[in-house]
Amino acid sequence: MSESKSSQGRVLVLQGNEAIVEGAIAAGCRFFAGYPITPATEISEMMSQRLPAVGGTFIQMEDEIASLGAVIGASLAGVKSMTATSGPGFSLMQENIGFACVAEVPCVIVNVMRGGPSTGLPTRVAQGDVMQARWGTHGDHPIIVLAVSTTRECFDITVQAFNLSEKYRTPVIILSDEVVAHTREKIQLPHPEEVEVFDRIKPSMPPEWYIPYEDTPRGVPPMAAFGDGYRYHVTGLIHDVRGFPTERPDEIQAFLTRIHRKIYNNFSDIMMVKEEFTEDAEVLVIAYGSVARSARRAVREARNKGVRAGLVQLVTIWPFPRQAIEPLLRRVRAVLVPELNLGQISREVKRVNQGRVRVEKLNRIDGQLITPNEILSRLIKL
Amino acid sequence: MAEITKLIHKYLRHDKKFPHVWCPGCGNGILLGSLIRAIDKIGIDKDDVVLVSGIGCSSRLPVYVDFNTLHTTHGRALTFATGIKLAKPRLHVIVIMGDGDAMSIGGNHFIHAARRNLNLTAIIVNNNVYGMTGGQFSPTTPYGAITTTSPFGHIEHPFAISELAVTAGASFVARGTVYHTHILDEIIEKAILKKGFAVVEVISNCHTQYGRKNNMGSSVDMLLWMKKVAVSVEKAAKMTPEELSGKITIGVLVDRDLPIFTQEYQRIREEASKRWATATKFA
Repeated sequence: MSESKSSQGRVLVLQGNEAIVEGAIAAGCRFFAGYPITPATEISEMMSQRLPAVGGTFIQMEDEIASLGAVIGASLAGVKSMTATSGPGFSLMQENIGFACVAEVPCVIVNVMRGGPSTGLPTRVAQGDVMQARWGTHGDHPIIVLAVSTTRECFDITVQAFNLSEKYRTPVIILSDEVVAHTREKIQLPHPEEVEVFDRIKPSMPPEWYIPYEDTPRGVPPMAAFGDGYRYHVTGLIHDVRGFPTERPDEIQAFLTRIHRKIYNNFSDIMMVKEEFTEDAEVLVIAYGSVARSARRAVREARNKGVRAGLVQLVTIWPFPRQAIEPLLRRVRAVLVPELNLGQISREVKRVNQGRVRVEKLNRIDGQLITPNEILSRLIKL
Repeated sequence: MAEITKLIHKYLRHDKKFPHVWCPGCGNGILLGSLIRAIDKIGIDKDDVVLVSGIGCSSRLPVYVDFNTLHTTHGRALTFATGIKLAKPRLHVIVIMGDGDAMSIGGNHFIHAARRNLNLTAIIVNNNVYGMTGGQFSPTTPYGAITTTSPFGHIEHPFAISELAVTAGASFVARGTVYHTHILDEIIEKAILKKGFAVVEVISNCHTQYGRKNNMGSSVDMLLWMKKVAVSVEKAAKMTPEELSGKITIGVLVDRDLPIFTQEYQRIREEASKRWATATKFA
């Protein structure tokens, strides 16, 4: 295998999109289907070079709907799979995201956010898809959404995204943005053996004992791949434990409860945040994605000026990491939520806060970054 | 035990909650019979068959059969099948779609799948109507036909599924009807054995929705209509366009050997590993 000669273990200068590709390959991704779209295209381009070299498959499909369809198909056949897109393509993928939730098919969907709505601002940064990532597909459904802010995180969080998707049999969405995608940074890629990889649990029982959607203490049934000798039915219809369509209220309730429970009972495993100076913070910044970079700088400068500022960077965005935020909201005087939309995460912060402390927003929707100075000037007035 | 009973026991799911969703007299059951007979004759292991479908009456077919079965989103069956085939090329991936599913919402996937030429079998049940939703016109509803959304007569012109597949680049294209079951058995068998993208268009009857609105009678009447209008490919070749008007050509329309995606991709893998090894040697 050429894997031993791969770029892993080496110091490189990579853009975020390239680091996502390296992270995916390190996590065991061997199938990618995509459709060209700015600013996510480099992921497809890199995958078309890297995947065949490690025995995997890259395919450019006819659109984003087809891309996610192929990804789900490949995952059902037992291969870790991913697609990458941006706003308009992400909108097209929503129906199949719901399918992956209901059929419990592990897969990773990268959405490199650009300005919207509609065709919007293809080459400009935004964070307008936070709520779409949570609620874009119809019906009540659980989902895991992770946000990246540096090249290093693009690698690490992509590995995490695959691990979580395999562990909980769920689609995982990575929210990147145009700035993170195209910023080139130095990165030392870990050796393949240093990367902790989780593979889906396969059935250990003989096929005649296998009940494909049976409840387990963890809420995640073992997953057989097509062709492994476990012949079973997969459908987007609400199904019973055998995978067959059902309209029985008790079976519907049990199924939908389980797919939610498997995520919400494992909050502590899924929840990832990065804190800086939060121990004694009086004012707190909550940020994610490229804005977290500006926020980190602003908080450090505020400290230099004697302001007791702290930062919480959200890596897990959905389920919303309220356990990490809530204790801090009891200690601080005020919170600032800078984001490149009109206030999608600040709404969540306010919901969790329930009026305890002052929550202020800082929003830009003009396709430009929020600068450290903008955050700093608001921080010192908080 | 009768031959048919043996096949039922071997291929139908015993733990599935029958009865099925189809109307009495529906052509879908006849197609299911043909498909099972073809697979049994070829002798493919049940573990190696993946039956993929979209949404609609005919797309409910996989749930009743003891293979690896996948009931996908509307129109997208071929995209899921593409992923399965690329991930595990040794599997026989057979896709069942209706005319609305494959030609309307999935029309783009269909022509691209034909062009891409993966080793897949696509079976399209053409009953000229959206049956499950209550009889609206589909992309194959004939001009002038009455449906619940064309109550004054249909003003659009239909797609010719098989001819479209030929033009889009499929390796194998055949058309059959649910009346001519022996021919249907044969062409499905050929399609599964074909290396490359193989399309089988199956003319079927929706007497409940389409036949009723267009005075075509019962299920039996519609089967007899198929008998009357069907012309073999060989015979059709000697007929004038006027003589062929209102007829349905059945048999193998095209059977050609074209490069298959998975074979081509193997070449890409070899080339990529060589190139990547050189690229990282001096780093």
